[in-house]
Amino acid sequence: MDTPREITPPQSSPETAPYWMAAREGRLLVKRCEACGERHAYPRALCPFCFSEDTVWEEASGRGTVYSFSIMRRAKPPYAVAYVTLEEGPTIISNIVDAEFDALRIGQPVTLTFRDATDGQPVPMFRPAGEGLRA
Amino acid sequence: MPQPNACIAGVFEHPTRRADDKSLAQLHAEVAAGALRDAGLSHADVDGYFCAGDAPGLGPLSMVDYLGLRVRHVDTTDTGGSAYLVHVAHAAEAIAAGKCNVALITLAGRPLAEGLGSGLGLRLDNMPDVPFEAPYGTAVLNLYAMVARRHMHEFGTTATQLAWIKVAASHHAQHNPQAVLRKVLTVEDVLASPLVADPLRKHDCCVINDGGGALVVTRPEIARSLGRPVVSLRGSGVALKNQMGGKVDLTYSAARFSGPIAFDEAGITPADIRYASIYDSFTITVLVTLEDLGFCEKGRGGAFVADGNLISGVGRLAFNTDGGGLCSNHPGNRGGITKVIEAVRQLRGEAHPAVQVPDLHLALAHGTGGSLGTRHGSATLILERS
Repeated sequence: MDTPREITPPQSSPETAPYWMAAREGRLLVKRCEACGERHAYPRALCPFCFSEDTVWEEASGRGTVYSFSIMRRAKPPYAVAYVTLEEGPTIISNIVDAEFDALRIGQPVTLTFRDATDGQPVPMFRPAGEGLRA
Repeated sequence: MPQPNACIAGVFEHPTRRADDKSLAQLHAEVAAGALRDAGLSHADVDGYFCAGDAPGLGPLSMVDYLGLRVRHVDTTDTGGSAYLVHVAHAAEAIAAGKCNVALITLAGRPLAEGLGSGLGLRLDNMPDVPFEAPYGTAVLNLYAMVARRHMHEFGTTATQLAWIKVAASHHAQHNPQAVLRKVLTVEDVLASPLVADPLRKHDCCVINDGGGALVVTRPEIARSLGRPVVSLRGSGVALKNQMGGKVDLTYSAARFSGPIAFDEAGITPADIRYASIYDSFTITVLVTLEDLGFCEKGRGGAFVADGNLISGVGRLAFNTDGGGLCSNHPGNRGGITKVIEAVRQLRGEAHPAVQVPDLHLALAHGTGGSLGTRHGSATLILERS
């Protein structure tokens, strides 16, 4: 089911503007710390693991797996909120779209897609990779 | 065990569940008056005031003015629904440090009267996490649902086992005239309720209602002079957990950390506890918390709660004998204070006779504030009748 749900626009800040600019180009970014090597999410200026200011943006592959999910059945239309573990490591909150909700499974591979918020800002989301796609 | 620093001398739970005819500040004042009356203390005795984000205006500035208090200590720690248990711990610390003698803690909310539903009424701008969550339609409900889904995946926990938690709460709520839901439910009733955010069903959720509660914490000498059963704070633990920079693990809560701190301070173990007030925003909240507090092994919570094991007089551990947030009261979407109130009733022998645990000397109260699915604060209190 495609998601005609109205998507709340994310508030950008000087700290996170590159993330949302990249989304406009169809790219998903994660932050990596040059000091400790850890990637983190959501993105911060200072590494939450070692507090170094030496963090850099890195493009994610867009591949991940479902860590957990729930279908908001009482919403109209229903939608799938999920934690997706990125191939790069961090697990982020997202939506699973273009999916048969009853076929969703933990561990399922998903791939990056985008949906526009009500102000036109593309928001990174995921759809089932390969099988599980709705015609 | 060390000498306790503080006692809970007064408790009051507002009887209302729908407060269209009262202001928010008025609810705070009514519960404050109730708790002071219960303690046998007066408004003039209060020299410390504690409130969290549910209080109107600029916290203690607005409320101390409105209540007409003269205080020398204030604390506005806000960890969501667990804040009031943190306040008990902080009040004990303040009393031990000589900063106050009589600490008043109030909670009130009117989400129904104000049409807020389950919202917390937070200002969302400038919150660092919100842009990465709000666009996805995250809500308290579906975040807890993801905790339940992951628990089922890792440990084989079933919807039937979760349902037993609601069933136990409903067995207790039938004896509480003020409970929002007084009907005794069966596992089948719970499983027949509609999925709201799967795997959670309507009956896996707590009630939404207006109301409030208050506590009076004081030094042991004062508590002993009041002619009431004395309930002491023997141990407390506070801990936070979140998404850990993307290393998300939904299988445990901050109770894994707050529990051992409190048990160690009290010098006891979970085996010593026969009554526990466990924050019950959802059935899954209770299951994960019981595991993390050490009442059973991680992953065995489903088996532990099944078959009435949480029903007073039936099972190993009586829980939430007032009907809890699942059936009775979750005032202002922040239920922590009611957890302390029912634990104190149990220790005083003032719970409903049908659910009173006999010869009770130790009780545990646990709060979980915020969301288990993202970031939350846990507070564990060990209370003793002395």
